[in-house]
Amino acid sequence: MPHTIRIRKGVDIRLAGAPAGGVQDAAAADVYAIQPPDFHGINPRVVVKPGDQVAAGDALFTDKAHDVLRVTSPVSGTVRDVVRGEKRRVLSVLVAPDSAAAARTWAPMDPGAADREALLARMLESGCFAFLRSRPYDVVPDPTVVPRAVFISGFHSAPLAPDMAVLLAGRMEDFQAGVTALGRMTSTGKVHIGVRAGDATYEVVKGVQTTAFEGPHPAGNVGVQIHHVEPLGKGELVWTMHPEDVANFGHLLRTGVYRPVRVVGAGGSEHPAPGYLRTLVGARVATLTGGAPASDSVRIISGDVLTGTQVSADGYLGAFAHGVVLLPEGRSPKFLLTSGWLGAGFDKFSVSRAFPTWLLPKSKTWRLDTNTNGEERALVVTGQYEQVFPFDLFPQHLVKSIIAHDLDGMERLGIHEVAPEDFALCEYVCTSKLPVQTLVREGLDTVKQEIG
Amino acid sequence: MKALHNMLDGLRPQFEEGGKLRRFWVVFDALETFAFTPGHVTKNGVHVRDGIDLKRTMFLVIVALLPALLFGTWNQGYQYHLSIGQADATLWENFAVGLWKVIPLIVVSYGVGLGIEFFFAGMRGHAINEGFLVSGMLIPLVMPVDVPLWMVAIAVAFAVVIAKEVFGGTGMNIINIALTARAFLFFAYPKQLSGEIWIHNIAATKAAGTAVDGYTGATALGHLANTVGKPMTDPEVTGIMSMFNDGAMFSFWNAFIGTIPGSIGETSALAILIGAAILIATGIGSWKIMASFLAGGLVMGFIFNGLALNAYMTLPPLHHIVLGGFMFGMVFMATDPVTAASTEAGKWIYGFLGGFFSILIRVFNPAYPEGVMMAILFVNVLAPLIDYYVIQASVNRRAKRVASRMAAA
Repeated sequence: MPHTIRIRKGVDIRLAGAPAGGVQDAAAADVYAIQPPDFHGINPRVVVKPGDQVAAGDALFTDKAHDVLRVTSPVSGTVRDVVRGEKRRVLSVLVAPDSAAAARTWAPMDPGAADREALLARMLESGCFAFLRSRPYDVVPDPTVVPRAVFISGFHSAPLAPDMAVLLAGRMEDFQAGVTALGRMTSTGKVHIGVRAGDATYEVVKGVQTTAFEGPHPAGNVGVQIHHVEPLGKGELVWTMHPEDVANFGHLLRTGVYRPVRVVGAGGSEHPAPGYLRTLVGARVATLTGGAPASDSVRIISGDVLTGTQVSADGYLGAFAHGVVLLPEGRSPKFLLTSGWLGAGFDKFSVSRAFPTWLLPKSKTWRLDTNTNGEERALVVTGQYEQVFPFDLFPQHLVKSIIAHDLDGMERLGIHEVAPEDFALCEYVCTSKLPVQTLVREGLDTVKQEIG
Repeated sequence: MKALHNMLDGLRPQFEEGGKLRRFWVVFDALETFAFTPGHVTKNGVHVRDGIDLKRTMFLVIVALLPALLFGTWNQGYQYHLSIGQADATLWENFAVGLWKVIPLIVVSYGVGLGIEFFFAGMRGHAINEGFLVSGMLIPLVMPVDVPLWMVAIAVAFAVVIAKEVFGGTGMNIINIALTARAFLFFAYPKQLSGEIWIHNIAATKAAGTAVDGYTGATALGHLANTVGKPMTDPEVTGIMSMFNDGAMFSFWNAFIGTIPGSIGETSALAILIGAAILIATGIGSWKIMASFLAGGLVMGFIFNGLALNAYMTLPPLHHIVLGGFMFGMVFMATDPVTAASTEAGKWIYGFLGGFFSILIRVFNPAYPEGVMMAILFVNVLAPLIDYYVIQASVNRRAKRVASRMAAA
């Protein structure tokens, strides 16, 4: 029995339309997009031009700081376009798959026997490395720095997020190979997995440190798990990786083929057919929305409802997204007496007890829209972030130090332990409607730039 | 409601860039968002937001103030009728007198305060924050009933400008705004404030000779302050202390129910406790601050009881906390999240010190009969320091834990 840690702070927001049932193959997308902004920390140098032929695993762009760090094509086909935004910033590289082209192949490797340098080189060359994140700073790590350990969260706890057992069904050998390889790339040899208490999915995995967690979201955030298992000291560095990416890496080692699979949890109250769809990283999102017509009144989110990205109907699945959620837009103004701030509020879900709905059973599912339910204000209320932030840190003080550009304060208050996603619930509950995750991202970027 | 919204939409261009009424945009925006929560949607980050906003939060504080406001309004009429010997006045007669006095105070408080808020918001080009919704109601409730309205106007202006706007507005102030208004009056017009303004028309009643015999119109704390510096056996002192016996004017139950002279909203511990229950049930007010504030007051009361060096010190602690503004300060002033300690551990310390100093100042310094006001302003100033040490202790603890793990590895 692994050691169990109980997370008390947090909240499960129960939204209607959770994905369920077995995994089905999504329709093949006509175009796949790899979007450099998803790979935070990489300064992209695009190495392909429109019209180039690429195989799955061929580089699309590399990091200007580290040439060996590559992001590769998920499919074989033709580069359709390189989309640039303001100041010629690269927004996405589009690849149209063609059925004839073959994937690039490498010689299979035994992760238990290969040496660290060979594993690292393979991980970098195939593009699997770009799916790692470093803590601190929540960026794609510097490949020249050896991490102390690797942390993997074995479950999702965000609203509507997919069940990890479904994502990994039939892939445990791939996962084991990935875990073994990752362990050999650290200085201590340790790979930590945080599992949901009572979940047997990872019992077959060997060579890992398992810790069980129970409690509400954000118990499944890897940052929460690091903080409770081995809080990060100043100057330390660990890697984190999503289990599906670990399995994709393991698959590469075992078969020599790069195939960045995504089993996407498609859901949300406006999704016509919530369920699990198997596709590849960067697939066109229209293949995952169950045929919902494009509409101004429905928002498509790539990722989960707390941390995801809003995409248009012809947009693409983000590289780190494991879900596609369709929510109603909330653009209609709300009159104060009927549905605004003076109303009884029987339709308002709130973590606070300011509406009578806190008396309803916790199992009720909600159809929430995207209305902000109020405007941005100065910070007035205190103690609110703390209710949903299971770190031994002071979230509101940290956010204030970020707003004040107080580098010393950010460091003292433990910014190196957190990622924007850890503040997602703080942002959700914020009475003053601050963009907390954006602020934390700015703070992390500032600290990384100033202190490194 | 569609029609109202369409009307607002029609007016909007006049207030937007280039419109004739551009400089009144703040007013338009405040009124529009007052009536309609805007159809703003989330961008990236979280895609759904909690139902709560600052308007709802502030509105719930107003709801919690209603029992104290209603009781206080009635009580001012009741005290007036007592002073002229008409203890049998009806509920409505009492209310009528109370409303006659309280409504102008509320109008002046909101009028002056919101006027300044609109001015500063317009000057800074940001939307109106809802903070003054509560401050504007708190101020009348901590005023003596016969305070001249021009004094209230000056006090509100002083408090809003000096205590709030110079620091950057809502959310940025160091000290509580309503208490600043009260403290300003206290120091700027000490003579008037200690004079006969606690009962409506009491000076005129006395001059006309129609006042009930022995009805001084002083508050409980005003009486108690007169005992300081006199031996316990002094007949004046024993006379005053006898007013606090069971069945007398300032008995525990009279003070608990609130049928005694005092500031409009502060006299009834019962009405304030109903408000406290609302604040705690909705999670808007910090129960930690209220509980520790109460504990601090009781501890200081018990210490004084143990010392018992003068008559004031012998007042039972439970009696202490139902007198004056202790309860009102505890529930509505000390809990102001902007000026209170912002760490959860800090809230315990902050509240305890607030209650402790309230009774200490009240008993030791008869020049300030209302110790609560001074004590809360004092702990408001201390709050950042308390937070600093709470956070520093946590930083040190974390550093030690990491260091011991790294040493073990």
